[in-house]
Amino acid sequence: MNPIRKVLRAGFELIERPFDRLFGPALNPVAQLGALGFFFFWIVAVSGIYLFIFFDTGIERAYQSVEYISRDQWFHAGVMRSFHRYASDLMVVMVLVHLLREFAYDHYRGVRWFSWFTGLPIIWLLYVSGITGYWLVWDKLAQFVALVSSELLDWLPIFGEPIARNFIATGTLTSRFFSLMVFMHVAVPLFLLFIMWVHILRISRPKVNPPRMLALMSLAALLAVSIWKPALSQGPADLARVPNGIGLDWFYLPLYPLTELWGNGSVWAFLTAFSLMIALMPWLPPLRRARAAEVDLEHCNGCARCAEDCPYEAIKMVRRTDDLPFPTEAEVNPSLCVSCGICVGSCPSSTPFRRTEELKTGIDLPEYSLRQLRERVMDVASGLSGPGRVLVLACEHGGAAGRIGDTVVMPCVAMAPPSLIDFILSRDLADGVVVAGCAESACYNRLGVQWTEQRFAAERDPYLRARVPRERIATVWASALAASKAEAEIVEFAARVAAMPPKRLRSPLPVSSTVPTPKALQTERGTT
Amino acid sequence: MKALRWIGQFVVIAALFAGVAALSDWPRYSQIPKDAGVVMLSFVHGADRKGECRRLTPEEIAKLPPNMRRVQDCPRGRRAVYVELDVDGRSAYRADLPPTGIAGDGPSRVYQRFVLPAGRHDVAVRMRDSARADGFDHESRKSVELMPDQMLVIDYRPENGSFIFR
Repeated sequence: MNPIRKVLRAGFELIERPFDRLFGPALNPVAQLGALGFFFFWIVAVSGIYLFIFFDTGIERAYQSVEYISRDQWFHAGVMRSFHRYASDLMVVMVLVHLLREFAYDHYRGVRWFSWFTGLPIIWLLYVSGITGYWLVWDKLAQFVALVSSELLDWLPIFGEPIARNFIATGTLTSRFFSLMVFMHVAVPLFLLFIMWVHILRISRPKVNPPRMLALMSLAALLAVSIWKPALSQGPADLARVPNGIGLDWFYLPLYPLTELWGNGSVWAFLTAFSLMIALMPWLPPLRRARAAEVDLEHCNGCARCAEDCPYEAIKMVRRTDDLPFPTEAEVNPSLCVSCGICVGSCPSSTPFRRTEELKTGIDLPEYSLRQLRERVMDVASGLSGPGRVLVLACEHGGAAGRIGDTVVMPCVAMAPPSLIDFILSRDLADGVVVAGCAESACYNRLGVQWTEQRFAAERDPYLRARVPRERIATVWASALAASKAEAEIVEFAARVAAMPPKRLRSPLPVSSTVPTPKALQTERGTT
Repeated sequence: MKALRWIGQFVVIAALFAGVAALSDWPRYSQIPKDAGVVMLSFVHGADRKGECRRLTPEEIAKLPPNMRRVQDCPRGRRAVYVELDVDGRSAYRADLPPTGIAGDGPSRVYQRFVLPAGRHDVAVRMRDSARADGFDHESRKSVELMPDQMLVIDYRPENGSFIFR
């Protein structure tokens, strides 16, 4: 693993796990960064519309109207101003932490390049939106922002006359300029919203709204902070004086002091290099991709569960192309498929009990088929012995991926159809099964943990059958950096299973001739 | 127990938001030292053209398309403006300011900031915008009292042909 990514991931682990304990995986704010970003955008939009009712464009009137908002009408418009300011800052925080987290968890390469790439204009538009907003207040900070922004723009060989000259002496600036800034401060965020929509276009079930409880708590916290520290202006702009000793918004304006230290050219060079790096990262180096899932029409009845479960919108249902009496069939878009195998786990044909000559299912991974998965399970099971025989089905991105001996690793735990658990226990391949995936709030394939839990709880097709003894199944959700936590939970479960009475096998089916028993496998191994 | 958990969650979120609110205007930033002001030399001015205009003959005018007929043919490009700024008898800035525009026919421009300690300063500014090799076409000298945080702008007004201090 890339050392920078490793350090970042360890950092996130350090924050996320305590947050998981306090908030629970569903409410953990660190796992809701994108949704919170959208949420803060809406707060900024609504509070902005409210403030616009009171705002007056004009050199004198702009400042006066904002003062009226903040002082005379502090109890509603002033609070809204603080909401507007702090929600904008929080949006920057959400965007930047979201970017770092997606990088840390390697969620930016392969098919995810699109969301990563479209995140770049979001950053630019977010900053332009914020900077034009600060300009409108026309206080000392606004004067500083106007001066430095225009000096930065003047460095580019675009404008004939330096626009910064408008902000160095009184009498050159007109009220019309504020109308232009209001237009920009409305138009740019609208375009930002459009790009935010494009950003999530390729994501199945994007989280654009945080859980209600988290949203309510965030609103309450914003209100508390707005009353504790209301956003205020910093004295009227005076073009005859240098705006000195100002309170800078370090979320939006961290580069502005650098224009003094480095010069405008260097700041542009930095911004260009940063943008280029972000834009090219998905291909530095590109992600090695396994072959996309393939549909076997003979075994596909067009039930659409795979399309429903795919986290990448890689599967769609199309009109049937064969003679089977079903209206639709699944079609995989290879350019969107990451070969996570979640579709295999969702297919009702994916049952290891099937006694066809060669185990086949409706949709399968060419490089890791259901047949191979069943073979690996049986192979590993044949090596289990003792009173508490536990077989681990592990996600390759989770904390149990590095285990050897009793573990079958797969791209995502949701690749394992629930019937595989039934198969393992009813065929006495093991006394207990552990399903070990990523940390609950940081599933590499976004929905693998959620789908697995819902299938086991009989809330999502295909269900884990009622006959399967739940006490013999354990789920362990731990990230790759929490291998010891996963190990401890597995050992504890194995001890519990060892103390259980022998299980009553309820499967009436005889062992198929095409499905070798662990015993047969052992014998076979012994003779060869 | 559930209420306690909610309170804990709220406290964590509020603390994070308070941190963000604090960083939205702290620590404070100063562009220039406390007892200093800024002298800004900034103007936009086009120097003379590189060559003399030549009066076209009636034959030459007749050869031109009717909508493009003119009496003079002037070279397009402009000369660079040469400017000097001295503060308290010492040179603070000297530069040849090239004309802007792809064809070099736009005005020259300067935007330079000088941070000076507050107090009295002798400021002299000189400019050459013609073909002359030495000497200056425009010149101004002033003793100014620079206040802390003051922004003193030295501009050039082509309509008056003189520098202004404001």
